[in-house]
Amino acid sequence: MVVKVYGPVYASPKRVLVCLLEKEIEFETIPINLLTGENRSPEFLNLQPFGSLPVIQDGDYTLFESRAIIRYYAEKYKSQGADLLGKTMEDQGLVQQWLEVEAHNFEPPVLNLVRQIMFSSFYGLTGDKKVIKESEEKLGKVLDIYEDRLSKSKYLAGDFFSLADLSHLPFTHYLVGPVGKEYMIKERKHVSAWWDDISSRPSWKKVLDTYGLPF
Amino acid sequence: MVVKVYGPVYASPKRVMVCLFEKEIEFETVPVNLLTGENRRPEYLKLQPFGSLPVIQDGDYTLFESRAIIRYYAKKYKSQGTDLLGKTIEEQGLVEQWLEVEAHNFNPPANNLVLHIMFSPSFGITRDENLIKESEEKLAKVLDVYEDRLSKSKYLAGDFVSLADLSHLPFLNYLVGPIGKEYLIKERKHVSAWYDEISSRPSWKRCLEYGFPFEFK
Repeated sequence: MVVKVYGPVYASPKRVLVCLLEKEIEFETIPINLLTGENRSPEFLNLQPFGSLPVIQDGDYTLFESRAIIRYYAEKYKSQGADLLGKTMEDQGLVQQWLEVEAHNFEPPVLNLVRQIMFSSFYGLTGDKKVIKESEEKLGKVLDIYEDRLSKSKYLAGDFFSLADLSHLPFTHYLVGPVGKEYMIKERKHVSAWWDDISSRPSWKKVLDTYGLPF
Repeated sequence: MVVKVYGPVYASPKRVMVCLFEKEIEFETVPVNLLTGENRRPEYLKLQPFGSLPVIQDGDYTLFESRAIIRYYAKKYKSQGTDLLGKTIEEQGLVEQWLEVEAHNFNPPANNLVLHIMFSPSFGITRDENLIKESEEKLAKVLDVYEDRLSKSKYLAGDFVSLADLSHLPFLNYLVGPIGKEYLIKERKHVSAWYDEISSRPSWKRCLEYGFPFEFK
């Protein structure tokens, strides 16, 4: 029985899809339409009571929160496909650290930019300039720290590609594309090289080619 | 050599300390004063470049982000003290799920209440009543989901206490105490029983002895 991943056109589910491809785990996808509020239907809330994407079903086993799902599969299938966790306990600790940094320092300002610039324009609204300016400043400071880290380390957790790098793919893709702030990446030499590296992985290219975007 | 935990009077470091007590791992603490901006000085930024608390030093090994630190110790010392991860990989997945829920659904509105009710006007925060109202509403909806979950499961990830439950303790402690919103917990039968259970663990009581950054009224 094949893993089912809900909501493939959206960003957070793509975090799971790229991880499953790296781990060579077969899956199928089930569309969920956020515009029609499908994520608030009783059937969906039965699977994911917060109404967020993604959720996976693996036989009887249901799991939600993309960063929990990728940790689960990276651990369960550690010896299959790319090892996204690190060899030693200490390597694994650093993967956890940078995955937490992505969730708590990187994603919040990027998500603000996505909402104010991408979704606003979709609805024909102008984004809140103050929020955009503050979020860009915050993100700039975070990326300065990444620049320093990546000047000493090929990938975030060390010399190996891990869940921590992978987790950045969906929202950085929005940032350099429809959000229109590619310069934030390109202006930073090591962040730029890191982005070119991770975004050219076959797994990520396959996700983009196969599943598209919500608009 | 003993683990050093920075900033023990604050909430997020207590997330680490309660787990170290559960895992029977010795540690010492190093004070950091946020009010004097000690966390923005070069010596601290060298350890934690984002200037947040906590950070730990374990010999040569430095690690930051409380939920990364607790995952590291829970895994490294799995067979020592309380097992906070679960026995099977599927149980561990559920621990990860509820730990993510704490981080992304529970913590943000709770943190808004902490900043605007407890800490303002310190740290340049102007109290925003709208934000307080919205945050309480969001938190109530999250706690409704918890109420349903805990009516079917003794702890969040299953019938065993885990990182997911313990991770809630520092901010729940603020919520029922200085924030003055104990009713959010007490009104919900299963959430209330769960809170009573986890907050009475000896490991948590020991954490409270490290104090707080202010006087609880």
